[in-house]
Amino acid sequence: MPLSKVGEKRFNVINNSVPRIDGVDKVTGKARYAADIYMEGMLYAGVLRSPYSSAKVVKINADKAREIEGVHAVVTCFDMPRRQSWATYMYLTDVIRYPGDCVAMAAAESKELVDEALAAIEVEYEELPGVYTIEEALAEGAPLVHEKYKNNIFTDSYYPIRKGDAEEAMKKADIVVEREYRTQYIEHSYIEPEACVCYINPNDGAMTVHSASQNPFFTRRYVADVLGVPMNRVRMIQETLGGTFGGKEEGAGLVAGRCAYLANLTKRPVKFVFSREDSFLESAKRHPFRFRYKAGLTKEGKIIAWIGEQVDNCGAYNNQTQFMNSRASIHSAGPYEIDNVKTDTYGVFTNNVHSGAMRGYSSPQIIWAQEQFIEELADACGMDELEFRRKNLLHDGALTATGWPIEHCVLREIMDYTAKETDYVRKHKEYKTQKNERKRRGIGLAVTHRGSGLGAESPDASGCMMICNEDGSVMINSGLAENGQGLKTAYAQIAAEALGVRYEDVKFFGTDTHSIPDCGMTVASRGTVMGAQSVRKTGEKLKGIMIQNALDIKAFPLEEIEKKYKLKAGSLSYDKLEVKDAELLNSEFFLKKYPEVKVPFKNVCNTCLWAGKQMAAFEWFMPEALNQDHHTGQGKAFPTFAYGCIVAEVEVDMKTGYVDVLKVTASHDVGTAINPALIKGQIYGGIVMGQGFAVTEDVITGKRGQKTKNFDSYIIPTAMDAPEMKINIFENDDPAGTYGAKSIGEPATEGVGAAIANAIFNATGRRIYENPADLETILLGHKLQ
Amino acid sequence: MERIKVSFTLNGKPCEVMTKPYSRLLDMLRDDLRLTGTKEGCGVGECGACTVILDGKAVTACLVPAPSVEGRNVVTIEGVGKEGKLDPIQEAVLKEHALQCGFCTPGFIMSAKALLDENPFATKEEIRRAISGNLCRCTGYEQLTTAIYEAAEELRKLNKTKI
Repeated sequence: MPLSKVGEKRFNVINNSVPRIDGVDKVTGKARYAADIYMEGMLYAGVLRSPYSSAKVVKINADKAREIEGVHAVVTCFDMPRRQSWATYMYLTDVIRYPGDCVAMAAAESKELVDEALAAIEVEYEELPGVYTIEEALAEGAPLVHEKYKNNIFTDSYYPIRKGDAEEAMKKADIVVEREYRTQYIEHSYIEPEACVCYINPNDGAMTVHSASQNPFFTRRYVADVLGVPMNRVRMIQETLGGTFGGKEEGAGLVAGRCAYLANLTKRPVKFVFSREDSFLESAKRHPFRFRYKAGLTKEGKIIAWIGEQVDNCGAYNNQTQFMNSRASIHSAGPYEIDNVKTDTYGVFTNNVHSGAMRGYSSPQIIWAQEQFIEELADACGMDELEFRRKNLLHDGALTATGWPIEHCVLREIMDYTAKETDYVRKHKEYKTQKNERKRRGIGLAVTHRGSGLGAESPDASGCMMICNEDGSVMINSGLAENGQGLKTAYAQIAAEALGVRYEDVKFFGTDTHSIPDCGMTVASRGTVMGAQSVRKTGEKLKGIMIQNALDIKAFPLEEIEKKYKLKAGSLSYDKLEVKDAELLNSEFFLKKYPEVKVPFKNVCNTCLWAGKQMAAFEWFMPEALNQDHHTGQGKAFPTFAYGCIVAEVEVDMKTGYVDVLKVTASHDVGTAINPALIKGQIYGGIVMGQGFAVTEDVITGKRGQKTKNFDSYIIPTAMDAPEMKINIFENDDPAGTYGAKSIGEPATEGVGAAIANAIFNATGRRIYENPADLETILLGHKLQ
Repeated sequence: MERIKVSFTLNGKPCEVMTKPYSRLLDMLRDDLRLTGTKEGCGVGECGACTVILDGKAVTACLVPAPSVEGRNVVTIEGVGKEGKLDPIQEAVLKEHALQCGFCTPGFIMSAKALLDENPFATKEEIRRAISGNLCRCTGYEQLTTAIYEAAEELRKLNKTKI
C-alpha cells in the first residue's frame, strides 16, 4: 500500500492546524487549574505516610494533633469507616503495603498547621517482611502482599495467546534464540501535581469536586463511594489539567476521596494539593516488566515459533494490570507474522508503589524488548536486520498473533521510507566498524504497530451532546476530557466538520459530571479515534435537523434564487424541497443546485428558537463488537492498527557511559490527521518522553522505601537534552476511526526507547538487557544497586 | 499569626503585601496576591513552573524568600503583554502550537522573556540553554524553541520601528 502525505484528503475544518481552543488562557496564565482555586473559609489537607515499605500500625495517637488551634480534623486509619476505596487502594490503612500508604490525614486552616498536626501524630509500627522484585514475589514461601493472591500472582491479569503449536514448531527450528529483558519504574512526571478542592454546594447539598482528573467520572466513583451517597449527589467538575499521561486516574481518585471526606466532616471547603514528593510516592508508575522470549527460526530467517513470558510488577494495589495485560498479550509477538505463538502475560504484587496506566499501556516496554530481540534474531541467522524484518513483518492478509487478518498495513513501506530518509543502511554499517575509542556513534531502528482505541479490552462507546444557540454559536459536550492533548480543539474541529459550521463558532466547555453521561475513560489514545465518533455522529444528525428547520421556516429566499439563476418565477417551491437538496457549510445554508445564495446559520438559529424548533442532539456511538477468545487470545482484538517506524541516532561516551541522543526520526501512520500541528506536538513530546525512558529515568524503590521523590533525582530530559527531531506524518484510507483517524498519543512514544537501545548497540556492541541505558548499564552491563 | 510587610514593584506597579515571615515568593504571589499564573510543580527549584523575573533575571519563585524581594522588581506572567495585547512571545507560542497542558507554559514564557529582554539576538542554542531550567513533559520543547526564536525576530522588528 503506498504511503500518502497529509493534505491529499478533502475536508473543510479537519486536516487543518487550527489554533488551540484553550491557547490564549494558557499563555496568559489565566487558565484555572485545581490548585488555583481559593474559597472563603477554605481548609487545607494533608496526609501522613508510612516510613516503611511493609509494616503494621501497632498504635496511633493523634490527641496532640487535635489540640492544635486551627486544626479542624484529624482522621487516623482506625477512625475512618470506609478506608478502602471502591478498588483495592486504601485512603488510610494500618497495614502498610508500600511506602506511599497513609496512616492519617488532617485538615487545618493553613498548610503549615496541616504539617504541624501531622508531625504531632504518634505512630508505632511493626516492620514486616516484604517482596520487591518479581523474583522475590514469585519465590516459594514469599510473604503475600494480599492474602487472596497465592504466590503474589495477580490471577485476574493473566492473558494467554495460543496460535498454532509453538512448542512443536520450536523443535523443527534450525536456530533457537532465548533472551531476557527488564524494564524499570517510570514516573509520569506531569508538571502539575495532583490537586483537588471539595465543598458542599449550599443550594442542593451535593459534594462538588474540582479536580485535576484525567477521567472525571472515574473520580466521581471514588467520591460517591467514600461518602456513601448516590452519584447524583456528587458533582465533579474537571479543571484545566496540567498533564496526566495515564497518571491522574487512581491517584486523583484517592486525593478527591480524602478531600471530600474531610469537607464533609468539617462542612468547610477543603483543598488538597500534593507536594511533588506526595506525587512520586502515591501516583501510579509505568509497570516494570520481565520479558523472556524464545524464538525458533529457519536458516532462511523466517520466524516459525515464538514463546514468551511477560511478567509485570504491579506494586501493592492495582486496578490496571488486568486491563493492560490484554493489550500486552495482543502485542506479545510484535508486528510480525508468526504461525506459532505461545505467550503468557501476568502481573505480580509487590510492596512497591502501584503500577498503572502510563502512555503506551505496556507497549514502550514490550517494543523495547522485542525490537532488540528481533535484531538479535537477525544476527543469529546472519541476516541484515532490515531484511530480517521485511521477511517477517505483518502485511495485508497476514494473521496477527491473535489470528486475525490485517488490513491497510503500511509497516514495510513506513520502515523502508524511514530507513532511506535517515541513510540508515550506510550509517549502520559504517558505525559497526568505527575505530573511535572515546565517542561512538550509533543508529537504531524500531517498527511499531498499535491497536487503536480500547479494542477487546472493553466497548469503545461514547456519547455527545451538541447544542446550537440562537446566535449561531455551538456548544459540544462529551464525557471525554481535555487532558492537555488538545481534545477540546480536535472535538471542536470534528463537530464543525460534521455539522457544517465554522471552527470559531464551536466551543467545548469541559467536563462536568452533572451535564453528560459517563462516556468511558479518556485513555488508550481513544479520544479522537473512537471517542469522537459520537461527535461526528451527533454533528451529522444535527445537521439534518437544522437543514429541515431551515426548510420549515422557509429560510431560503426562493424568489431571489430564481432571479439570480434566471429561473422561471415560481419554479422553486418549498413543497418540492427536501433535506438532501440543501447544504450547511461554513455556517451558511444554501441549496445545492444554487450555491451562490447563502443564508447565515445564525439567522436560522434565531428564528428556530422562537419557532420552538429542536436545535440540539444527543447521540451515542457503539462500535462493532470484537470477538476475542479468552483462553487462546484468538480473534479480532482491535478495529485497526496504527503503524510507525522510529530511527534514533546516538553518541555514546565510552569513558563515562553517557548516551547523547542526537537525532530521532519518527514516521507515523495517523490515518487522518485531524490537526497536524497537534499531532506534531504529540510526537515531539512522545520522542522526548521515550528518550527519558531509554536513558535516564528510573524510580528507585525497595525495602528501604522509595528513594526517588522529586526531579532532583528523577531526571527527565530538558530542552538541552532533547534531540533534533524529524517527523513524517502519513495518512491512510483505513476507515475504522473517526473520519479515518488513528491513535497518535501513545504511538508517539512507544517505539523511541527501542530505537535508542538498538542505536546504543550499533555504537557499542553492547545489548541493553536492563533499562534504562544509564552510565552503569553502558559501562558495566548491569546496575550497581 | 505574625505577618510582615514586603514592599516591592510588581508588574510595573508598587505593591505592599502583609505576608508570613517564612513565605516563599511563590506563596506570596499565589496565596496572598492570588496571582495564580505562577505555578508550583516541585518546590525544589527543578521544574521551573514558578519562574518569575526578579530584577531582570529569571528565578524560580519557590527558592526565593518573600522578604528578600523588598525594594526589588518582580514581573510575573500576569505582567506580560501590554494593554490587553499579547506579548510577541505569547503570540509565537500560540502560533507554533508550543503548548499542550499549559501548566509549564507561564514559566517558559518568563524564562524566554528574561532572555530576550537581555539578548534579542539569542540563537536557538542560547534559547535551549535559557529554558533548560523549565521542565515540560508534553511538548518535547521543539515548538517552544522555534516559537521563542520567532518571537525574537518579531521583537527586533518592533524595536526597529520604534527607533
